[in-house]
Amino acid sequence: MNIIRIFKTIFLIDFLTGLLIAIKESFKPKKTINYPFEKGKISPRYRGEHALRRYPNGEERCIACKLCEAVCPAQAITIESTAREDGSRKTTRYDIDMLKCIYCGLCEESCPVDAIVQGPNFEFATHTREELYYNKEKLLENGDRWENVLAANIKADNPYR
Amino acid sequence: MEKVILLFSEVYKILYVLIPLLVSVAMIVWLDRRIWAFVQKRRGPNVVGPFGLFQTLADALKYIFKEIIIPASSNKIIFILAPIVTMTLALIAWAVIPFSEDYVLADINVGILYIFAVSSLGVYGIIMGGWASNSKYPFLGSIRSAAQMVSYEVSIGVIIINVLLCVGSLNLSDIVLAQEKIWFVIPLFPMFVIFFISSLAETNRPPFDLPEAEAELVAGYQTEYSGMMYAMFWLGEYANILLMCALGSILFLGGWLAPMDIPLFDMVPPPAWLILKILFLFILFALIKAIVPRYRYDQLMRLGWKVFLPFSLIWVVLTSGYLLYFDLLPVY
Repeated sequence: MNIIRIFKTIFLIDFLTGLLIAIKESFKPKKTINYPFEKGKISPRYRGEHALRRYPNGEERCIACKLCEAVCPAQAITIESTAREDGSRKTTRYDIDMLKCIYCGLCEESCPVDAIVQGPNFEFATHTREELYYNKEKLLENGDRWENVLAANIKADNPYR
Repeated sequence: MEKVILLFSEVYKILYVLIPLLVSVAMIVWLDRRIWAFVQKRRGPNVVGPFGLFQTLADALKYIFKEIIIPASSNKIIFILAPIVTMTLALIAWAVIPFSEDYVLADINVGILYIFAVSSLGVYGIIMGGWASNSKYPFLGSIRSAAQMVSYEVSIGVIIINVLLCVGSLNLSDIVLAQEKIWFVIPLFPMFVIFFISSLAETNRPPFDLPEAEAELVAGYQTEYSGMMYAMFWLGEYANILLMCALGSILFLGGWLAPMDIPLFDMVPPPAWLILKILFLFILFALIKAIVPRYRYDQLMRLGWKVFLPFSLIWVVLTSGYLLYFDLLPVY
């Protein structure tokens, strides 16, 4: 037993086996992806950047129930609302502090009208902190930009809700 | 006027070695990272230029524009001098490397001693950097590095004696020409292996990268360095690695000589053979970086003093005894 070990040490057997394995492994397919050029698959439930959605006729979905504000564990959401001329209750202010947000998805879950959702976008890094204090305008714009994907994701995830 | 022309021709010759060397250092850093990535099934740098070849140039550009931070408590003169010493010493050693029979910058008769002396001096850059930083990690890193490089230089010295016994000359060109019949890697194979492992330790490469063991010492003696000064340490380190690979191929793999004397191999220019051999050794260096875990410090010292030194000393006795008995001692 001991002699075998000495033999192995002198002739660097373990080391050479390792070297062979390394050479073999280096020709195998890569496990990583070319990130900025190709992206990993994202589940429909992915909790990325927030968006406020609209109805197909252009009306905002949000009814200012403030459930998301109440449920938000990081207290990142601030909502102010008034009654509009036609009597419907709408938000005048809907701010999300993306720096406070912990991306837990509770706002999306609590929303009775699927207004606030978390989309698939995770590339919204900015140069300054101020750019990450999202207001209603920015959120609605996000909603308009991602509407197709958001609707599809909600539909795909529906059976599991 | 004659002197000016001579000066310019010398400068031209120096640049003729230096610029390809610096470019190849940049390429070799890329190769190193790429091989490392391939063994781990990653992609490595592949965005800048074809296959990411210009990655190192982009990095160098970044380093140039970064701020050089000099710690307030450091010894400023030595702090600034340290990377300069490291890089200069790594580069001047290349003066005696023969790329072919007549393509050598300084064909001095004690070439191997010169290289040995310069690479021994290289430890000063690291000690100066570690000491002048006036900080814990660099200090510990440089102490480790000094002890390590001194230990392994001893065994490298003894290994070189083996080769010199077979050659009978300290001139690097003579060493290469002595291998025309048979490369020294065949009769002196164990010495080649020990030389290779010692050169890993000499250049602070894994598994002997204790001076910059990032888990314990952040980055060792480079911790306080930033910007271009850090890049110079880096450049010196890789130039040193290339130098050790070149030395290995000259001492054991027959330098610029072709493996066999057949017409196809004779068509390849001699420097290309040397470059191929350096590349081969460097790829081994890079592969080893990817596969081995780091040594503990006492293991490192044990390997150097208790294994390599006695073994190579015994081999000196064996070699000289063999040469004496069969009356093969080369006489110049």
